[in-house]
Amino acid sequence: MHHTLRLGYSRSMSTTGIITNAIRTKLQSALQTKHLEVINESHMHNVPKNAETHFKVVVVSDKFDGLALIKRHRLVNDILKDELQNGVHALSIVAKTPEQWDSSDKVVESSPNCRGGFGK
Amino acid sequence: MNSIIRRSFYPIYNNTYKLTCRLLADAKINEKIDKIVKDNKVVVFMKGVPDAPRCGFSNAVVQIMRMHAVPYESHDVLADENLRQGIKDYSNWPTIPQVFINGEFVGGCDIMLQMHQSGELVEELKKVGIKSALLTADEAKKEENK
Repeated sequence: MHHTLRLGYSRSMSTTGIITNAIRTKLQSALQTKHLEVINESHMHNVPKNAETHFKVVVVSDKFDGLALIKRHRLVNDILKDELQNGVHALSIVAKTPEQWDSSDKVVESSPNCRGGFGK
Repeated sequence: MNSIIRRSFYPIYNNTYKLTCRLLADAKINEKIDKIVKDNKVVVFMKGVPDAPRCGFSNAVVQIMRMHAVPYESHDVLADENLRQGIKDYSNWPTIPQVFINGEFVGGCDIMLQMHQSGELVEELKKVGIKSALLTADEAKKEENK
């Protein structure tokens, strides 16, 4: 298992919180990820500092092989069910097989800017 | 004596009453959503309205729909707390926005974006008799180049 250290990854490390860690651990063990990024995007939203409410995950796993996109997303949602029911309310998912990931440009765009729907 | 009986039974009665009410409400919202998604070819459950989305993810979906010039019905979950929870239960999907085509849950923002990029969305729309504006534009271009 190798994890590439990229900007998104290190950024989330600097504000590593309990939920960020839980998300990482759960996805790692359930999907045997070949590459994993858990990015806390909460700072882009109207929430308290160091909040853990908005996330983007980049998940690369063999377990996605042969699964349609919606099924991959359902799988990830299911693994993170507890988090989604307890405070995490935005989860953007990039789910790829190792082959798809290797042949992609490996650049993950950040999520769209908040428009103030939450907390206002 | 009567009051003792009433007092000891009241909590059970009250809880049952509350639970029944909630189950009835659940069934009602489920029914309502079922009707909405089956009566319209394309439905978007979002935060805010298409002219003023109140979340970046909802806005992204609105922009995609606009690009393809898709006629759709939108529902603002921020205006109805019952709907906000109800739609998540209905589709077993934890986040908003949610897109339905022909009564079937298609996905949220990430999936719509990918379907848009891969061309899959054009095909899905075609299946329900909606011709994407991107397709029309494409054809016009080809016609010009002839």
